[in-house]
Amino acid sequence: MLTEIFQKLLKHIDAFLMACLLFTLLVGLFVLYSASGQSIDKISAQIINITIALFMMWAVTNVQPQLLERIAPPLYLVGVLLLIIVEIFGHVSHGAQRWLDLGVIKIQPSEIMRIAAPMMLAWYFSKREVSPTKTDFAIATILLLIPVVLIMKQPDLGTSLLISGSGFFVIFLAGLSWRFIIGSVVVLGGCMPFFWSMLHDYQRRRIEILFDPTQDPLGAGYHTIQATIALGSGGIAGKGWLNGSQAQLDFLPERTTDFIFAVFAEEFGLAGNLILLFLFSLIIVRGLMIAAQAKSTFSRLLAGSITLTFFTYAFVNMGMVSGILPVVGVPLPLISYGGTSMVSLLIGFGILMSIQTNKKLVASG
Amino acid sequence: MKSSHELKNYQNEQHSFKLRLTVLGFFVLFGFILLTARFYFLQISRHDYYQTLAENNRISIVPITPNRGLISDRNGVVLAHNFFVYTLEITPSMVKDFDATISEISKLVEVSPLDLKRFKKLKAESRTFESIPLRTHLNEVEAAKFAVNRFRFPGVELKSRLFRRYPLGKQGAHMVGYIGRINDKDLANLTKNNALSNYKGTDHIGKSGIEQSYESVLHGTTGFQQVEIDADGKAVRILSSQAPISGSNIILSADSKLQEIAETAFGDRRGALVAITPGTGEVLAFVSMPTFDSNLFVDGIDVENWKLLNESLDKPLINRPLRGVYPPGSTFKPFAALAGLENDKRKPPFSINDSGFYTLPSSSHRYRDWKPGGHGVVDMRRAITISCDTFFYGLAMELGINRLSSFVHHFGFGQKSGIDIAGEVSGLLPTPEWKMRRYKQPWYMGETVIVGIGQGYTLTTPMQLAQATAILANKGVAMRPHLVSAIADPKTGIAKVTQPIISDKITLDENNLEIVRLGMIDVTLPGGTAASVGANAGYNVAAKTGTAQVIGIKQNEKYNADLINERHRDHALFIAYAPAEDPKIALAVIVENGGHGGSAAGPIARKVMDYYLLGKVPAKETPEEIVVKNPAEPNNVNSANQSTNTNEEVHYD
Repeated sequence: MLTEIFQKLLKHIDAFLMACLLFTLLVGLFVLYSASGQSIDKISAQIINITIALFMMWAVTNVQPQLLERIAPPLYLVGVLLLIIVEIFGHVSHGAQRWLDLGVIKIQPSEIMRIAAPMMLAWYFSKREVSPTKTDFAIATILLLIPVVLIMKQPDLGTSLLISGSGFFVIFLAGLSWRFIIGSVVVLGGCMPFFWSMLHDYQRRRIEILFDPTQDPLGAGYHTIQATIALGSGGIAGKGWLNGSQAQLDFLPERTTDFIFAVFAEEFGLAGNLILLFLFSLIIVRGLMIAAQAKSTFSRLLAGSITLTFFTYAFVNMGMVSGILPVVGVPLPLISYGGTSMVSLLIGFGILMSIQTNKKLVASG
Repeated sequence: MKSSHELKNYQNEQHSFKLRLTVLGFFVLFGFILLTARFYFLQISRHDYYQTLAENNRISIVPITPNRGLISDRNGVVLAHNFFVYTLEITPSMVKDFDATISEISKLVEVSPLDLKRFKKLKAESRTFESIPLRTHLNEVEAAKFAVNRFRFPGVELKSRLFRRYPLGKQGAHMVGYIGRINDKDLANLTKNNALSNYKGTDHIGKSGIEQSYESVLHGTTGFQQVEIDADGKAVRILSSQAPISGSNIILSADSKLQEIAETAFGDRRGALVAITPGTGEVLAFVSMPTFDSNLFVDGIDVENWKLLNESLDKPLINRPLRGVYPPGSTFKPFAALAGLENDKRKPPFSINDSGFYTLPSSSHRYRDWKPGGHGVVDMRRAITISCDTFFYGLAMELGINRLSSFVHHFGFGQKSGIDIAGEVSGLLPTPEWKMRRYKQPWYMGETVIVGIGQGYTLTTPMQLAQATAILANKGVAMRPHLVSAIADPKTGIAKVTQPIISDKITLDENNLEIVRLGMIDVTLPGGTAASVGANAGYNVAAKTGTAQVIGIKQNEKYNADLINERHRDHALFIAYAPAEDPKIALAVIVENGGHGGSAAGPIARKVMDYYLLGKVPAKETPEEIVVKNPAEPNNVNSANQSTNTNEEVHYD
């Protein structure tokens, strides 16, 4: 009786993906314990975040992909509308406003867009009767640019870049011509020296600092310098859990959120890094398999985009902490402290599971 | 494949999708290999290096503050420079017990509660590895005392820091301005402008005048040293460093000798003077009296001095040239005259027969001239010379407020002059629309009448008045006024000279300009309202006197300066340019509660012009200082009812 209920509840959970996620989340809690200076409060708060996010993921696994496809356009429209409202009220309160206070709850429309934008694009391509034409790609690009520009104006460069990425993956998977991709890369690359020469000295300096933060060690470079020391001093095996001196002695900024990877790498070393990369790879491979096996255009485009966006998060965060990418505010997925990004991330995985398990049901039934 | 009408071929699509998915798979693989390579580099190849950095304790990033640029006048007289003082600084991360350390230090060097309060505030705002001053301005004895005991205080250092000094003290304080300690508001501003990291190690920032408005030029670029320090906090090795870039030097167009002469001429009277080169817009003198000593503000002003300055009735802290607003009084007449001439009103040989007052049709209210009984036959030129009110009442009425206002607007009335220091106010040039917005009342004809003689709602700043005079002297070409004439690189000495900018060009008839110019020259000749200003000058002065009412005079009252409280006496105004044929200097003077413009403000202007044009330095305590009022001069221009906003008695429909 009890096992039956259990089986019914977990019917739509992809066991392999779930195992990988839970294991990574557990690793994250251990790192957070160390990074937060052994704060039980932080751990409890994060466990609550994870519980809520897992529950929402479970709820999404029970939604049929067909239903997801149907709600894609209204969800997208609502998201854009909320972004516009935030934009208007953001101006009233001078500056960056990402939250919309509805009295009872606060929502961050840019988080909705992380899911809604790729869903909308996947929906658009799945509705084409014929192979997508140039016009279709143009329309898809516009559909993508609307939320991206609105979020960039908030201003939230990190999120807007990630959403552009997730949209680009959909467009790429939908079959954007190779010639066009290579052509744009060549044209943009060719224009670079021209743009560069158009900039003022101080603008160039800012861009240089963005890409090489060590030039500004008193400002933006401080994070990077301290983080690379943490990584480098970790060595092969790491200094051991709770023993990272950089992390424990207050030298690492934002060490529970965007820079948590530096704590991990200092305490667990290269070995730990490789294990984490392996865990991420397992999740990504599973995601790509789900995308490859998906039955509808919508499902496969969405699954592909969600998986690659997860990769982008991980890559950008680890790249920025280790000093090969500019510092943009992107958390390490499944590890960094924080509720909102956890929820949108796990909802994404919920969609992946729904695509996988519902296809199975259709096939067997 | 190419045909867009081809129905979706699912087989094909699946195949293409999987191919692209594989490409992305390789993309992921490549990304992870890249990261692994980076991890390998940091954690294996460079492990020893980072290991040493982390273990040998920490690296510290020490900012090296740049030298602030100097400010000098047009002849190289230094108005603001830097000097070294000893400071005692503590690096919080290296001190275990603050209270014990500080109480030990205070046995050697006096530490006041104020120092302690400031230290705690700074400590809360800074990173733990930055050194924070506990005491500044240590004298030689204190410095030596601490130096021999230095070993007892790890983390406490004796440093020499640059401080700012204004050698001329009070002179030109409103123009040069001052720097002060960076406060929360400055911090917020720096954060907003993304300049915070450039201010690490800097405690001071420009707060007013040139120091404030040219902060980004004067400050320079902060350098840094990335230093490895051992457990005792001693620097072991410099890992990398970047030298600071000194701030640029600023050369003002002002002449400090001229400034001194002008300020001395004011004596203990309140007021303002602005002198401009009409052809270029260079500001030659920028006087606001009384003034204050900029040096008081550099390291935080003490309570007593602050009270003294802030609560003084003379309001020394107000920047009068930019923020003092006064009715222009009769100095407005040359501009009203041009407005009339350019609109083809009152062109020669037009004249009136002034019987001492002006009345509006359908009203018995008399707008009186300053001269009871009137001036007799008066044409435009003579109207300026003798400052005939009756003439300008009629002129203003015939022009109408809109035409008059829109014409003089081009001379800068009612708008900021655009001078290169912050804080300017725009004064007020009234129009019926403005009055409706402001008071929800219609415009009355009587209000137009008095605008003609610079009374009523019209308000100008001394800066505006000087600029208007300069535009007049420059025949309608408005040059943007500026205090900074060049910005020089302290290393190379190469100066970037400020190019004169034409901000407006008014097309004016030469003949009309000539009538106004002749009228204004006559002002300083015998029979004019400021005859003493032109007497034995050796050059021709085109000028206009003015008087601005402070309190309203009732219709049947007579203005009697002696009976009125000193602070309620009229303001004296004076505008002039010289030489009248080829103007080199244009100026505006306001002496608050000075009485009449010709007698109170005129002599100040004369001294300034004498020095600038002839190099004549006034003898100390010349008899000119004692102003004898010439009975022939209109002492009470405003005894006519210049109804101000507050004492309007008669309304005109």
